[in-house]
Amino acid sequence: MDSIRTLLTAITATLALGLTTPMLAEESASAGAITIAAAADLKFAMDEIVEAFRVAHPDAKVDVIYGSSGKFHTQIQQGAPFDLYFSADIAFPRGLEEKGLSAGPTRPYALGRIVLWSPGLDATTMTLNDLTDSRIRKIAIANPRHAPYGMRAEEALRALGLWDALQGKLVMGENIAQTAQFVQTGNAEVGIIALALALNPTLAEAGGYHLIDDRLHEPLEQGFIVTLRAKDNPLAHDFADFMTSPQTRAIMSHYGFVLPGDAVEE
Amino acid sequence: MAEFHPALTQADWSAVWLTFKLASVVTVILLLVGTPIAWWLARTRSKWKGPVGALVALPLVLPPTVLGFYLLVAMGPHGPVGQFTQWLGIGLLPFTFAGLVVGSVFYSMPFVVQPIQNAFEAIGERPLEVAATLRANPWDRFFTVMLPLAKPGFITAAILGFAHTVGEFGVVLMIGGNIPEQTRVVSVAIYDHVEALEYAEAHLLSAGMLIFSFLVLLALYSRKTSVWR
Repeated sequence: MDSIRTLLTAITATLALGLTTPMLAEESASAGAITIAAAADLKFAMDEIVEAFRVAHPDAKVDVIYGSSGKFHTQIQQGAPFDLYFSADIAFPRGLEEKGLSAGPTRPYALGRIVLWSPGLDATTMTLNDLTDSRIRKIAIANPRHAPYGMRAEEALRALGLWDALQGKLVMGENIAQTAQFVQTGNAEVGIIALALALNPTLAEAGGYHLIDDRLHEPLEQGFIVTLRAKDNPLAHDFADFMTSPQTRAIMSHYGFVLPGDAVEE
Repeated sequence: MAEFHPALTQADWSAVWLTFKLASVVTVILLLVGTPIAWWLARTRSKWKGPVGALVALPLVLPPTVLGFYLLVAMGPHGPVGQFTQWLGIGLLPFTFAGLVVGSVFYSMPFVVQPIQNAFEAIGERPLEVAATLRANPWDRFFTVMLPLAKPGFITAAILGFAHTVGEFGVVLMIGGNIPEQTRVVSVAIYDHVEALEYAEAHLLSAGMLIFSFLVLLALYSRKTSVWR
């Protein structure tokens, strides 16, 4: 009998917890809540931007989810609850805008760059041509089929006529952060990753990078939208405006992004 | 739908073949490795029975990401397994077919060990004792008495081990690196198709998996003598 009573109490408690949790969430929503889907190259920059944004919005609930731009593109079409979508390839949010899934025009926010990065070898003295060296057994790139940084990496390697020769060495990360992680763990000797990631203190400490000539690939024009579901969410629009603030621009520059309106190349 | 004439591409077929190859190799290895473990677990009175049993069952409850993460680090150049494989001169295991085999052996272990162990336990000591009085040596007893009696358990183990390896995704995504003909199995190929918005191709492979999985389970549950309850 006792055990049944205990079980019933446990069930009741669990149900009560389950029912009250959404109410608690709703309460904090009065101060505003947004969920941001951000391309993996923004991992470190966006963390800082959100922190800066919170200074002016201390009670707001801001969640950021990082992943591949292509995946978010698919998920938003299937009704994913994202209020803002930052893509490493501006073509993805433009596609959503055309389908009427955006609350406004697609806004460009940065140009990305790709670099050769390695913790084991001195990448600062390397070029893409060195990748054919037999000491390099595995080269990590993001999957060119859906990750923008992978597409640009493929273009650069093709432009130099290296793509076919390197086929046996290429391993593909699901997104640019996993690509960097393959290299960081030493499982691939080098990787072609985002400059924004190579400039992050943890990775910068582990190894140097070589900036890949951006004439070898299409520009990595990045853009974001406020999604249709956030049309009437003032916090989402506040955050969108915050992207053009001097503070945000400073953070983005710090992570190697070239900003709209700035000179494209020195 | 009239325009809908999808066909598996060359790359998809190679993913199907790779998945089949991986599951076959893993099943054979697991039957060889899992049988002595199951035998020991079924018969031992050692205080280690609990811990070893729990260790074998871990993949049932662990997220594949835990296994994937530790395998990636352990098999990397700085990890113990990686140092060992490099010392052996076979290089590093991540992003190779061999690496997937190692990962899958751990991942599918309980699905093979437990049905065999249950079969051994259900048979009990009696047939072995009888065989012993007939002067069968221990090997004879095992191969001519236990194995035939435990056959349904072995079939269940093989089916589950094979099917579970086919259904693997998380571990492969973390240690595979998505290399055609090496590590791009069907589940990863489906993921890629979906991310690249190639829904027709994703449908084709997914429907194939669905039918395959259903048939496997149908075969399993339709068998009259199921030792694994």
